[in-house]
Amino acid sequence: MAELLVWPALLAYGEAAFAYAGGLRGAGRYGRLGIWGVRIGWLAQTALLAVQATSSDGFPWGTWAGALNLLCWLVVTGYLAWGSNPRYRLLGIGVMPVAAALLVLAWMGGGTGVHNANGAGWALDVHVGLMLAAFASFTVAAAVALLYLFQERRLKRRDARLLRLRLPPLEALDRLAARVALVGLALLSAGIVVGLTRLEAGEIDVAMTVTVVLWALYAAALVLRREIGLQGRRLAWSLVAGFTLVGVVLPLTHFAS
Amino acid sequence: MKIALAGVSHHTASIELRERVAIDREAAASFAGELVRNGNGQTEAVVLSTCNRTELYIASGDGDAGEIADRALLALAGADADALAPVAYRLSDESAALHLFRVAAGLDSLVPGEGEILGQVRDAYEAGAPGAMLDRTFRMALHAGRRARLETAIGESPASVPAAAAALAQQVFEGLDGRRVVLVGAGRTSELTARNLRSRGATVTVVVNRTLEHAERLAAELGARALPLGDVAEAVTQADVVVSSTSAPGFVLTGDRLVSALRSRRGRPVLFVDLAVPRDVDPALASVDGCFVYDVDDLEAVVSASLEGRRAEAVHAERIVAAEAERFRAWQASLAVVPAIASLRALAEEIRSSELARVEGKLPESERAVVDTVTAQIVNKLLHLPTIRMKEAAVTPDGLVYADVVRYLFGLAEEDEA
Repeated sequence: MAELLVWPALLAYGEAAFAYAGGLRGAGRYGRLGIWGVRIGWLAQTALLAVQATSSDGFPWGTWAGALNLLCWLVVTGYLAWGSNPRYRLLGIGVMPVAAALLVLAWMGGGTGVHNANGAGWALDVHVGLMLAAFASFTVAAAVALLYLFQERRLKRRDARLLRLRLPPLEALDRLAARVALVGLALLSAGIVVGLTRLEAGEIDVAMTVTVVLWALYAAALVLRREIGLQGRRLAWSLVAGFTLVGVVLPLTHFAS
Repeated sequence: MKIALAGVSHHTASIELRERVAIDREAAASFAGELVRNGNGQTEAVVLSTCNRTELYIASGDGDAGEIADRALLALAGADADALAPVAYRLSDESAALHLFRVAAGLDSLVPGEGEILGQVRDAYEAGAPGAMLDRTFRMALHAGRRARLETAIGESPASVPAAAAALAQQVFEGLDGRRVVLVGAGRTSELTARNLRSRGATVTVVVNRTLEHAERLAAELGARALPLGDVAEAVTQADVVVSSTSAPGFVLTGDRLVSALRSRRGRPVLFVDLAVPRDVDPALASVDGCFVYDVDDLEAVVSASLEGRRAEAVHAERIVAAEAERFRAWQASLAVVPAIASLRALAEEIRSSELARVEGKLPESERAVVDTVTAQIVNKLLHLPTIRMKEAAVTPDGLVYADVVRYLFGLAEEDEA
């Protein structure tokens, strides 16, 4: 049953990714097709997660592939919160191919089926859930930051077609990216605190170190934004750099296990 | 009842001729009322008069609507009637309705999709004297115009340099409410751009000019502060949008001091709109983080791309208008079968009532109400499908044959004559 739900989700996410790419040509119909693809895919994946949750005792996404499945769902959920607004739909150009790729990897790694839970206890489950939610937030923040850089480049280059393909204003993208990153930082902090409760002496590894560096990077960017007005291109690049680290942390913490 | 249209527009007549027949809302209302009074209650009239067109829409069940419209238009022209007659266009029925739909959607405008025409059509409709036919026609036209704007991007892009500058500002800032605009130069173009920005919520805070008196005059009009050109750097560092249009021979906004002042904004965006030729704003400022510099050529390229986009969207809007015109045609065709439907229903009701009257005395009070309801339902159900089918068939070329057959089979013609 669970495996059957993967395909509609994957097809819908793939359709959304193609529709958003078509939306670059400026027609509103593509945007509507895209957002409906996201909605249908999200419903199918939510059903998939529900089936996995009800069929397992405990946390069913403890494996690296399962974690990717949950991360994909969190990313799409984060996107849906803003993507329904037509002004932000084009964020889907960056988010939906990533979501589709994550789901394919999760499926290939067997993370979309029903497995017995690892039985590591609730603290680890909460820790993993919080970390994945934080990574999902950072993914969305990076997508917004990339959209900022794209829009800024068009404005700098005085692109004549700027008003034919309208993106959200630069200021809105800057503010949104910072807010999403702040949510991600709060989730990451909570995830680290929960993780520390079950940490034993001498257990610190590379993944943990990179996670702390990641936390410091986001915290520094947001503090500098608040204190000295770091914004615009610099903030956007910081968030993209942070996301690159996310791409390192995730494999280190899950793929290596 | 027939619809006719007589009019002139920018496509057919010079501005001198259009001026002769242009009338304001009050005059249009009174002229339409006069046409209705002269038509003995059989005429409906709406006058659409804008800077680009004057059109008279007439519906008449008595006499030639086209002739009434034509005479009225020439009467409006007065002494210039002879000059107007060859450039006036005359349309009737579906063609007149389709034309109105295209007008309402902005497809007949000088700039495709321009925003004002839909409101002008609504004003004309409200001020006019429409009856059942023109009321329906204008409501469908307004609906077509709204759909064209909602379902396509025909009206979204700016069609002038000041509007393009304001639209660009909205791509940088999240809303223009309270944004500080600095005008450098007190010329007409920068004033127009400033007014456009102001209409979207921005505030003109400073007017800088070489001649302080000119700056003071414009600043007083815009509720801003006037400064001499020497203080331009200080004014600019506080601005969100800078509109520059001086007649200076070289760059007015340039230099290391200005660059370092802009760098101190730490990426907080500022948009320079340089409307001057030769240019006022040093393009090197664009290298500073958060600074965006647009000159006249850039803005004109944006307008040109926007108009190209509007023309592309016009193709989609034409489809919407054609679909709405088809709906209108179906409605108008269905009017031809309405008398047959009404006669059929009247006959059925007459039979039902007379049969009910025959048994009335034999039924107790409680059963009479039930029988009344049941027979009414039977009649409605029996006639529902033939009614729908006759209306549907009316749209087809031989559709009225069905109405004639119904008249023949049920003896409706005889009933009408009797």
